[in-house]
Amino acid sequence: MTIFTGYSGDLSQPKLEYSLATRGLSLWYDQFKALDDITISVKTGIITSLIGPSGCGKTTLLRCFNRINERYGNVTVKGEVTVMGRNIYDPDVSLIELRKTVGMVFQRPNPLPISVYENVVFGLRLHSESSALKRSLLDAAVEKALTEVGLWNDLKDHLDRKATALQLEQQQKLCVARLLPLKPEIILLDEPCSALDVNGTRAIEELMFSLKGRYTMLIVTHNMAQARRVGDECIFMLLGRVIEHGRTEDIFLNPRDPRTAEYIEGRYG
Amino acid sequence: MSASPFTVTPLVRRNMRRELAARIVLGAMVAAMVLPLLAIIAYLVAKGAPLISLKFLTTNPTHGMREGGIWSALLGTIYLVVIALAVSAPIGVLCAVYLNEYAKDNWLTRIINLAVVNLAGVPSIVHALFGLGAFVLFAGIGRSILAASLTLAIMTLPVIIASTKEALAAVPMSFREACWNVGASRWQTIWSIVLPNSLSGILTGVILQVSRTAGETAPIMFTGAVFFKKIQPGTLFAYSLTDQCMALSMHLYTVTTQVTNAPEPLPYAIALVLLGAVLAVNAASIIVRSLLRSRKKW
Repeated sequence: MTIFTGYSGDLSQPKLEYSLATRGLSLWYDQFKALDDITISVKTGIITSLIGPSGCGKTTLLRCFNRINERYGNVTVKGEVTVMGRNIYDPDVSLIELRKTVGMVFQRPNPLPISVYENVVFGLRLHSESSALKRSLLDAAVEKALTEVGLWNDLKDHLDRKATALQLEQQQKLCVARLLPLKPEIILLDEPCSALDVNGTRAIEELMFSLKGRYTMLIVTHNMAQARRVGDECIFMLLGRVIEHGRTEDIFLNPRDPRTAEYIEGRYG
Repeated sequence: MSASPFTVTPLVRRNMRRELAARIVLGAMVAAMVLPLLAIIAYLVAKGAPLISLKFLTTNPTHGMREGGIWSALLGTIYLVVIALAVSAPIGVLCAVYLNEYAKDNWLTRIINLAVVNLAGVPSIVHALFGLGAFVLFAGIGRSILAASLTLAIMTLPVIIASTKEALAAVPMSFREACWNVGASRWQTIWSIVLPNSLSGILTGVILQVSRTAGETAPIMFTGAVFFKKIQPGTLFAYSLTDQCMALSMHLYTVTTQVTNAPEPLPYAIALVLLGAVLAVNAASIIVRSLLRSRKKW
């Protein structure tokens, strides 16, 4: 087992086997039950894909892990959600610290309408005293983050360009880069390629591979081929429940549940 | 069935006739709106322009308001508008920020929103009575520029709240999501992203209220405006907050209805100054807005 170096907490602690977990998680939007008694554990450092037909609760489940659901109307939650071994519904959990650790990438790239540079350092500016942010420190953070997502060579001379004027693929990579200076442990991706073309999709998938190991990634996807390409493990959901969770090959080649088999064959969805 | 394709059928001909009719009717409506407006301006300019000079703007009325200028009324209107908006703009904008960004969607918020919409439609004379009761009598401010400005502020407040809310709601939700997901608090989100991107819309809403504030007569009639008052010319500080004042809208009303033998061009000249002042403010706002817009792209 490797020593856990990215985490700002206790360095002597070995890397957790599971970064994300839920136990008996149910969630209601007003009266509507969107998640029903979900118990899963997501392994650290790999890519896990969430698949299932529209409205099965994939995105809702994803949004539980950074508690962003609460910003979308009247939500009731029962059960336990643990991130890095900590129940995030404990009363003394800081949502701000949680969201620094658990980054999220959306369906439509959502860069902020400011420059590329400012997008990348946006999080740093939010969470540090302005006196602590030396220009050299910010510059280094921008270069590091953009290099990690493979945008540095394209954009190093255009850092002052408006992020909203970039190509969609670049915008989506920038949205990943924006998370990195905050040193997240987990990256949640909500159909990150659905607005992109084939090349954009491939680029984002390659980016995910390159980030694998350093970050735990959970990706919601409608595209079964994508789940098969990128996911080490796969979770199949239906009507707010987890039907099957296993290694991607097993899910796709030897599904245990007939509903999984039917979905994978494309009988519904 | 006709043998050759793509030829005009009776159905197509009927649609074309309807298309033509719609075009003519809608165009006529536009003309019905634009022509009277141009006619009014042209009429005002033709009748009032000869009287307008720098001296007209900067001297007090004399000889029972039949001669002299409009200085005390012009300055009074400026005082009323500036003070009223200085009160209502910050309160209205911050109130809208709360309602749009913080308030949960529950029955209380819905009642408040309903109240705001309804208050925006209350006739100005009702605001006048409220101002008389609340500021002049109850608060004991007395009939003064302050009481009149506060009354105007109350009158413009709901409209500013409504227009600001709309400007805030026009900022895409995805920007807020992006902020929350890097751990921004609501206020950080508002300050760094929402407000900068809605500023032009907010300003437009506020500035539109300048013309409304400048033009209203009823709310100031009971609360601080007088028929006639002589002030020191040549200085912008000729009124104090507890003074009563003259105002252009009120002066126009007085000259047209209460003063016998007033020179014929006088009311037109007053109206022209009022219109010109409002148009100047609006033009300035359009310039500011387009400058702000040119910076934002999404």
